[in-house]
Amino acid sequence: MRGAKSAKWVAGAIVVALAATACGGGSGEEGKKNPAGKPAGYVSIDVGEPQKPLIPADTNETNGSYVIQSLFTQLLDFDAKGEIVYTNAESVDTTDSKTWTVKLKSGWKFHNGEAVTAQSYVDAWNWYANIKNNQQNSFWFADIAGYDDVHPEKGDPKADKMSGLKVVDDTTFTIELKDKVPYFNYKLGYATFAPLPKVFFDDPKAFGQKPVGNGPYKFEKWTHKKLIQVAANPDYQGPNKAKNKGIQFKNYATLEAAYQDVVSGNLDIIRQVGPTDLPKYKQDLGDGAIEQPYAAIQSLVPAFYSKTFKDIDPKVLQGLSMAIDRETITKTVLNNTRTPATSFTPPQVKGNQDLGTDVFTFNPAKAKQLITEGGGVPENKLFIQYNSDGGHKEWVTAVCESIRKATGVDCVGDAKPDFPTDLEARDNDQVKSMYRGGWVADYPVNVNFLKELYHTNAESNNGRFSDKEIDKMMEDADKASSLEDAVKGYQAVEKKLLEKMPAIPLWYYRINGGHGKGVDNVAVDFHGDLELTGVTAK
Amino acid sequence: MGRYVARRLLQMIPVFIGSTFLIFAMMFALPGDPVRALMGDQAFDPAVVEAIRHDRGLDLPLWQQYLKYLFELVQGNFGTEIASQRPIADIIAQAFPVTIRLTLFAFTFTVVVGIGLGIIAGLRPESVRDRGLLALTLVLISMPSFVLGYLMQYLFAFKWGVTTPTVQDSESFGDLLLPAIVLGSLSLAYVARLTRTSMAENLRADYMRTAVAKGLPRRRIIGVHLMRNSLVPVVTFLGTDIGNLMTGAIVTEGIFNVQGVGDAIYEALFRREGATVVGIASLIVLVYLLASLLVDLLYAVLDPRIRYA
Amino acid sequence: MPEKTAATAASTGAEKVTSTAAAPDTALVTKAPKPDKARSLWSDAWHDLRRNPLFLISAGLIVLLIVISAFPGLFTSASPRDADLANHYLGQPNWSHFFQPDWFGYDGQGRSIYARVVYGARASIIVGVGVTALVTILGTLVGMIAGYFGGWIDTLLSRLTDIFMGIPFLLGALVVLTSFEKRAIWVVILALVFLGWTQIARVARGSVITIKQADYVVAAKALGASTTRILTRHVLPNALAPIIVVATIALGGYIAAEATLSFLGVGLAEPTVSWGVDVSSGREQLRNAPHVLIIPSVMVSITVLSFLMFGDAVRNALDPKLR
Repeated sequence: MRGAKSAKWVAGAIVVALAATACGGGSGEEGKKNPAGKPAGYVSIDVGEPQKPLIPADTNETNGSYVIQSLFTQLLDFDAKGEIVYTNAESVDTTDSKTWTVKLKSGWKFHNGEAVTAQSYVDAWNWYANIKNNQQNSFWFADIAGYDDVHPEKGDPKADKMSGLKVVDDTTFTIELKDKVPYFNYKLGYATFAPLPKVFFDDPKAFGQKPVGNGPYKFEKWTHKKLIQVAANPDYQGPNKAKNKGIQFKNYATLEAAYQDVVSGNLDIIRQVGPTDLPKYKQDLGDGAIEQPYAAIQSLVPAFYSKTFKDIDPKVLQGLSMAIDRETITKTVLNNTRTPATSFTPPQVKGNQDLGTDVFTFNPAKAKQLITEGGGVPENKLFIQYNSDGGHKEWVTAVCESIRKATGVDCVGDAKPDFPTDLEARDNDQVKSMYRGGWVADYPVNVNFLKELYHTNAESNNGRFSDKEIDKMMEDADKASSLEDAVKGYQAVEKKLLEKMPAIPLWYYRINGGHGKGVDNVAVDFHGDLELTGVTAK
Repeated sequence: MGRYVARRLLQMIPVFIGSTFLIFAMMFALPGDPVRALMGDQAFDPAVVEAIRHDRGLDLPLWQQYLKYLFELVQGNFGTEIASQRPIADIIAQAFPVTIRLTLFAFTFTVVVGIGLGIIAGLRPESVRDRGLLALTLVLISMPSFVLGYLMQYLFAFKWGVTTPTVQDSESFGDLLLPAIVLGSLSLAYVARLTRTSMAENLRADYMRTAVAKGLPRRRIIGVHLMRNSLVPVVTFLGTDIGNLMTGAIVTEGIFNVQGVGDAIYEALFRREGATVVGIASLIVLVYLLASLLVDLLYAVLDPRIRYA
Repeated sequence: MPEKTAATAASTGAEKVTSTAAAPDTALVTKAPKPDKARSLWSDAWHDLRRNPLFLISAGLIVLLIVISAFPGLFTSASPRDADLANHYLGQPNWSHFFQPDWFGYDGQGRSIYARVVYGARASIIVGVGVTALVTILGTLVGMIAGYFGGWIDTLLSRLTDIFMGIPFLLGALVVLTSFEKRAIWVVILALVFLGWTQIARVARGSVITIKQADYVVAAKALGASTTRILTRHVLPNALAPIIVVATIALGGYIAAEATLSFLGVGLAEPTVSWGVDVSSGREQLRNAPHVLIIPSVMVSITVLSFLMFGDAVRNALDPKLR
């Protein structure tokens, strides 16, 4: 039995080892568990784990943006109506839309006590724009003169400073652009244009885990995949000074779990109620329910290189648009989380207009007629590409069914298993006929919804819509020397687009969130983010 | 004995390398680029995407990436995530304990209840309770875990309001009870059936007749002779089942919002964090291999006829 | 006894069960049937089966499912795609409206759940039968070659089997299916075959090794029969019984696997009508309209159950020792 005995021993050893891993891991976890609950006066919100380290120019997804916006303040911001509110800047002026002069408010400090100066901005922007630093939002600086030297299309940068940025004194700097951009000051409201303290440049990697900003909140701690905590900055001088003592950004794997916590009082604010709870959230939360539209749109984008839509007559697209029963779909399948679209731009942006058309109104008879007049849909069949990990399946199916029933054109969803696969098909021109497009305002001007999507050279123009007349109109509008004229120019563009149909606008987004009884004064900004600084804890 | 274990451990190496390579290659073949996906559907600069890919070594050919990965892994380095730049070891250290706890919980439930039911039925083959048990296990086996999961969630949380629909704290045993039962129920059904069949079979064996003839007390006959022999196939099954319980957790964790391995791997897969998927999968493969070694060694304990040279 | 340990390891592996494609009891049947009575084994089995109520019920259900999937139009006049948003999640099922479109209520798109359940059967049956057939062919081939020729071929094939077994099934399927952009039935079938063949290979190898040493094989060899002849005339027929048992029981598992994968969003997708797809849409409104999720779930379970009972009955008949 010698063999058997030692077998017993070895077996025992493995069991012990396995159990030890389990327990070892367990006790390690114990320390992190329930990070001392929530400090008094703090507000908690369901914001998940940021995808990347917390650097302003390297974040464009919502989770990271929320945290960045609490820690950093740029030159200016927008109010709920999309009007400019100066935050760190005293003024941002131009006479010719090409050279802009920025005057900072004095006395501003980073959280580590360092003064916020013109140099803090210029150094930060030069670093962001440099191709070597791999910043995701670097292209935002492309309007500035000298950008191509620090960010060439290929190879190493020729310079480490953009020639267009000049520091005049501690609180003044000038920005010279390559060309006229009448709405450039609106772009400055984007989080990417934040300043950086000197400590950043010593070790950007460490900074990304423990950022030091100039915003209404100071960074406190980041427990990965669980929680990020920031405390109100008592020395903050901006108009959006925190009315609470701090924020906890808590990570939830599902909307349902977060919602449960709001109802039971473990979480103060939820940004979006999941589909399961939408029918009942107003009853559950009472006054705490938040329902508000914001500047974002969802459209169907035809791929103009595809077999279905190559050289298509726009009449067909107008017909398809009229075959979609937006009213019913938003009310049923989408549970009132969207508002039917009536133009290419959402109402919250400057320049949104009534197009005075019936193209966005459900009318099966006219839809059918327009499609026939336009020569019909090739093969009488079309596909709508979407990613099945994003909750789009339901409405895509409903839209397809609406088109099929109204016009007899067979319409089926083309599901890609996840977002990366979906994007790859768009980038590589492999969309079979249309894809679902979405756009949230970066800045509240109609330009953002027109030029970035439908100009021939626009990076996000994945439908490859290309029209010389439209391009020309956009370029002319950009040459305007005042914002009002530029906006008017783009309004003309939008009217023209109605004849060309580069996309079929479906609906504008609404935020359907809520808060528990512990907090009050929860407001929504123009692009659907909750204004955390104004929230008061009861 | 020692030599046997050594040889088995050596044999594990090619299997481990082979299966991790397979998973690595499959991840590599996936459409969609993790760096591009980071940019979302807003505008971006392709030059930056290229630069980041180069920076993370994603522009190398498959074999170079794999060798580099393996080389790092041997040194105990799981690599860093593409997007967050967090060490993957951190992610594993956060997710594994949760799943191990859930798995052990489910496993205990499986063993205790499963063997218990099996014994009850096996001692009286063809009786009413035996038939009843067979029917119950059939029903359990035919319900995919998501069906059982949602059924339990609907009944316990929405209909009767006994629990919250999802787990609020992945570290509390009370919260893990429901997911553990769902996760363990399939194995439970198998264990019960296996125990039952094996006991019924052994009841008719010669040594049982001898033991009865010798006039041994009933408790000793059942406890020592019958149990020891009947548990061999059950142990085999249980050993190989640990690995399956861990991956089965993908579904269960998803339904009940448990932030363990399943959740981590699902998210990593959809974000194309290849190294994270491979890292977690390697550990599961390792658990599986060790568990099957354990089973073979347990054989020697349970069945003295088997010896390892 | 090194040989012995190898065999033990092999039989352990034979039961490596994915949570879905599972047949733990199979270790008990991996022994070959009595070779000299091959024919009577089959006729004995048939004799038993005809008297087994479990078999009759399950076979009846399976026949019904096959008829439904072949001719869904016979069972409902409604189309599974026709949606009327006016019926969006409308009401509970009307249990008395037999075979009417509103029998089981409507789903979130306002489609008849009854019609979808009827049309959804096809996907499940095709996947189940297709995977089982391919897995059996591939697994038997690999197992037979490994078991019969032994030596380095066996070592190589066995290691390969080990590698595939080492990959956790669900995880492997998730990755394989994500890499296919097309969400067609054949893709799901191939993915399941890719990961599922090892189980049969193990069983086949085990029983071929036993049969190889049987007198009649040795005699055939001595008489100068060709390898192909020995394999097809002597080895295969005798090794078939355990393989069939494992395959029938696994069939139910594959159906469950398809549903699980579709549910996870990597299997079939709209507009393919499948129970798994419907379950995954139904989860959205579990709180308010549970029937949307529960009805297709129950259908999956009933189907899996039918095949399991069927497999159970076949096993009992083919392996009389178990009774």
